[in-house]
Amino acid sequence: MTRDEAFFEFLLRMGDNTLILGHRVSEWCGHSPVLEEDIALANTALDLIGQTQMWLGLAGEIEGKGRSADDLAYLRDAWDFRNVLLVERPNGDFGQTIMRQFLFDAWHSLMLGRLMQSSDTRVAEIAAKASKEAAYHLERSADLVVRLGDGTAESHARMQAALDDHWPYTGELFLSDAADKAVAEAGLAPDPASLKEEWDEMVTRVLTEATLAIPEGAYVHKGGKAGTHTEHLGYILAQMQWLQRAYPGATW
Amino acid sequence: MSTAALPSTDEVWTWLDQVPDPEIPVISVVDLGIVRGVEWQDDTLVVHVTPTYSGCPATTLINIEIEKALRDRGIEKLRIERRISPAWTTDWLSERGRQKLEDYGIAPPQAAGGPDHCPRCGSKNVEKVSQFGSTPCKAQWRCKDCLEPFDYFKCI
Ligand SMILES: [Zn+2]
Repeated sequence: MTRDEAFFEFLLRMGDNTLILGHRVSEWCGHSPVLEEDIALANTALDLIGQTQMWLGLAGEIEGKGRSADDLAYLRDAWDFRNVLLVERPNGDFGQTIMRQFLFDAWHSLMLGRLMQSSDTRVAEIAAKASKEAAYHLERSADLVVRLGDGTAESHARMQAALDDHWPYTGELFLSDAADKAVAEAGLAPDPASLKEEWDEMVTRVLTEATLAIPEGAYVHKGGKAGTHTEHLGYILAQMQWLQRAYPGATW
Repeated sequence: MSTAALPSTDEVWTWLDQVPDPEIPVISVVDLGIVRGVEWQDDTLVVHVTPTYSGCPATTLINIEIEKALRDRGIEKLRIERRISPAWTTDWLSERGRQKLEDYGIAPPQAAGGPDHCPRCGSKNVEKVSQFGSTPCKAQWRCKDCLEPFDYFKCI
């Protein structure tokens, strides 16, 4: 794998994470429990999709085959997507959506903070822009995890169930493969494993305050970063891509 | 237009200062701090614009409004460039822009992370309702004295 191939792979991972999570979160639009949350979720989705445009735009540039961010988003098949499995998990109830967001936001804010030191200026600039938004997302999702976890018996039970469900999917965020090692060596991005300790600390602090118990199992569901996805991704892509697939090049 | 007749960049700034932000029309795109540079490259006018939030849906509309305003002034060769670095910050809101927001009923951003008083009645007895509001750049707050909800322009 050449440096640019690894760089392209890394950029797809960043862009696909925000694209798929952004799409998932946008599914709440018009369905949230209260209006304020509907607006908050829609705005979070917008930020993530805006970040996707920057990551996938740069990915297309690095690849050098003339593919735009839109081409990459709308015209790739499931096995070419590089997002972690966590972000394609179904929304479930509001608690599951917020828990998934929190676990992701904690990783995302750490990752972006490190990427601001990237040896590639374009990566550092995108990270600087996105990290402001991610910090705001984390503030909100952490706050809600505490309020719901340390809330009523019902909300506590739902948040604990959400944590138990999502937990085995968080390990993939910290796995390193050949592409990760190559971009880390080039100073483009940190080795994902190097974020684990700080993430553990941050997440443990919030979950403890939320009176939630961290699951003990060490099993890690993985595959998304290499293109092996759960069945959920296919449904997301079917909805997200059908228009460009049915009417190639359509604009409005 | 011939090179001799090119308007000065100062003049262009004045024109841009009359282009309203589409979502908060009381302030201009210049007040908002998103116009980062205006320059002539030969006979082409280049305007550098930075997005407030990366997914802000108004970005495209803002570019269209800027282009339209400059075309109406007779600018023929024009390019709008997106500049993401340094990232937009609410520190770039002009003083006049902050005052206009306040007069309009939107609490201007504060370093403390929340408004220090209600833009309607001036009471300091305010509380946060939601971290997000009607646009990506705002949050929702409420005054506990006059009981009116209001928008707060997030500080980033
Ligand atoms: Zn008031």
